[in-house]
Amino acid sequence: MADTATAPEPASTAPAPAPATAPAPVSRRLPVHKTYKLYLGGAFPRSESGRSIPVTSSDGAHLANAALASRKDARDAVVAARSAFGPWAARSAQLRGQILYRIAEMMEGRRAHFVQETVDAQGIDEAPAQDLVSAAIDRWVYYAGWTDKIAQVLGGGNPVSGPYENNSSPEPTGVVAVLAPQDSPLLGLVSVLAPVIAAGNTAVVVASERAPLPAVTLAEALATSDLPGGVVNILTGRTAELAPTLAAHADVNALDLAGAGDLATQLETAAAATLTRVLRPEPFPDWHALPGLARITPFLETKTVWQTVGR
Amino acid sequence: MPDTTGPATRAPSAPAHSNAALRALLDSLPGVDEAGVHARVADLATRSVKTTAKARAIDLAISMVDLTTLEGADTPGKVRALCTKALLPDPTDRTVPPVAAVCVYPDLVRVAVRALESTPVGVASVASAFPAGRAPLEVRLLDTRYAVADGATEIDMVIDRGAFLAGDYRKVYDEIVAVKEACDRSDGPPAHLKVILETGELAGYDAVRRASWLAMHAGADFIKTSTGKVSPAATPAVTLVMLQAVRDFRAETGRQVGVKPAGGIRTTKDAIRNLVMVNETAGPDWLDPHWFRIGASSLLNDLLMQRAKLTTGTYPGPDYYSAD
Repeated sequence: MADTATAPEPASTAPAPAPATAPAPVSRRLPVHKTYKLYLGGAFPRSESGRSIPVTSSDGAHLANAALASRKDARDAVVAARSAFGPWAARSAQLRGQILYRIAEMMEGRRAHFVQETVDAQGIDEAPAQDLVSAAIDRWVYYAGWTDKIAQVLGGGNPVSGPYENNSSPEPTGVVAVLAPQDSPLLGLVSVLAPVIAAGNTAVVVASERAPLPAVTLAEALATSDLPGGVVNILTGRTAELAPTLAAHADVNALDLAGAGDLATQLETAAAATLTRVLRPEPFPDWHALPGLARITPFLETKTVWQTVGR
Repeated sequence: MPDTTGPATRAPSAPAHSNAALRALLDSLPGVDEAGVHARVADLATRSVKTTAKARAIDLAISMVDLTTLEGADTPGKVRALCTKALLPDPTDRTVPPVAAVCVYPDLVRVAVRALESTPVGVASVASAFPAGRAPLEVRLLDTRYAVADGATEIDMVIDRGAFLAGDYRKVYDEIVAVKEACDRSDGPPAHLKVILETGELAGYDAVRRASWLAMHAGADFIKTSTGKVSPAATPAVTLVMLQAVRDFRAETGRQVGVKPAGGIRTTKDAIRNLVMVNETAGPDWLDPHWFRIGASSLLNDLLMQRAKLTTGTYPGPDYYSAD
């Protein structure tokens, strides 16, 4: 076999029977499986607890093991998000938009991977999975366009009677803990995450508990999109274990309960102790509908400045 | 351990009078096994301190903090705020113990003393041309006397690293003795003298060990790792070598000397690792603010946050603690 592979063949000879023997070494190759890890501060660590959890497809077949994040991981994620907040909020809105568009580009390059994981996670055919992935990519483009228009739409000069100028401008709230929707592991996740970071917040995301793999693959797209480390931190694990820690954490400024399910009321109570802003889940969310500003405004604060005019 | 036998077998310290005799004394110290020290530090960092033990460790660490501000931009207002924080580190929880001392520049000692009069919190002052120590001895002594006269209860002096590295141990020794005399006070007990070795500028662990013994022979009440102005500051390995030195010095002379790592200790985890090193190297006798201090500024907030996490069960945020 080695002889036939290395010997130069004259052009005139008929095709050698190489194809018949070639597949043999390929089939002996060991498969290279992906290790699904957390995304914290721009790196991909395992859970500090060392735990992992098996992830199955919608029909029960084993897909992979995902990291089972601990409360300590959640705390580390908040620290990473806090240290990334200042620089991210200070970037120009236009640059944030370019980075969000870059995320869409990176997802497009991994489209086949996202489609396969959506098929596995949701038990749907490839055609609707293609539509879901397209919608998720388009959602980044949508919010990329919003970044430098938020201030124009939501801010501006206020009418006052007196020798003053009075201007309001929206500013990001801070660190936002996002409980991603449980039933829409990719489009739902992008729909709740993109508006948070578009406005200049940083995010700690708890991925869908049943189907966390698309979130980890999204993290790989984020890590290669010029998005600074720590702006988005993705935890995989049990929502009921991680969410109370994040809700009560005094350094979390806002909480998106999209995937909280029955925990929502309890989490809202815990968040109230430190005046954390809370976005309640919609009962029947339609992730395909264009969201407008509805998911941006809950994570903004309005700063109003009075200034004297005249000489 | 082999490194304890050397000092113990030597003739007890008749503090040497010539540079050659001092050099012979310090050169007789065994060398530091660098790989061994690093392995020991790594091993000590694996101790698990949780729940009630962690709560006690945090309170002990808080009571050992020398709350420090050594900036060119220090104002009397900032020092007063720091003193308030030293007395009552967490205004929402009066069970938090006060820190050991505040540490300021000599010209601000008066402000700190006024704020801390008749409280258990001491006033430490860096002196003797901190941080470089590059000034004539008269100037450095005057610096020290001013701080003592203004009411400093502790003096953190720097050694002349240039003289030490040049091998002029005698000069370093004499300067420490002179500053020690300048710590005397007519109207009360003398100020405690902490001698800063600035280990980041000494070449290697052997030099750290020699400098520690030199300072202790010269009369230091404390040996302190660093000024905080040079990196690396208080690495765990350096602290370990100094803890071995005070342990061996007490075994040889019967006099106990304290240790103060300063600079680079920012988290509760670092602080607890330091306490573990103290307990398992020097011994539990040193687990007391009289014998072990931690020079820090940002560490205190992390200790308070970890304490609040233990008592309330939820993670607090830095927004709820004063920045200075």
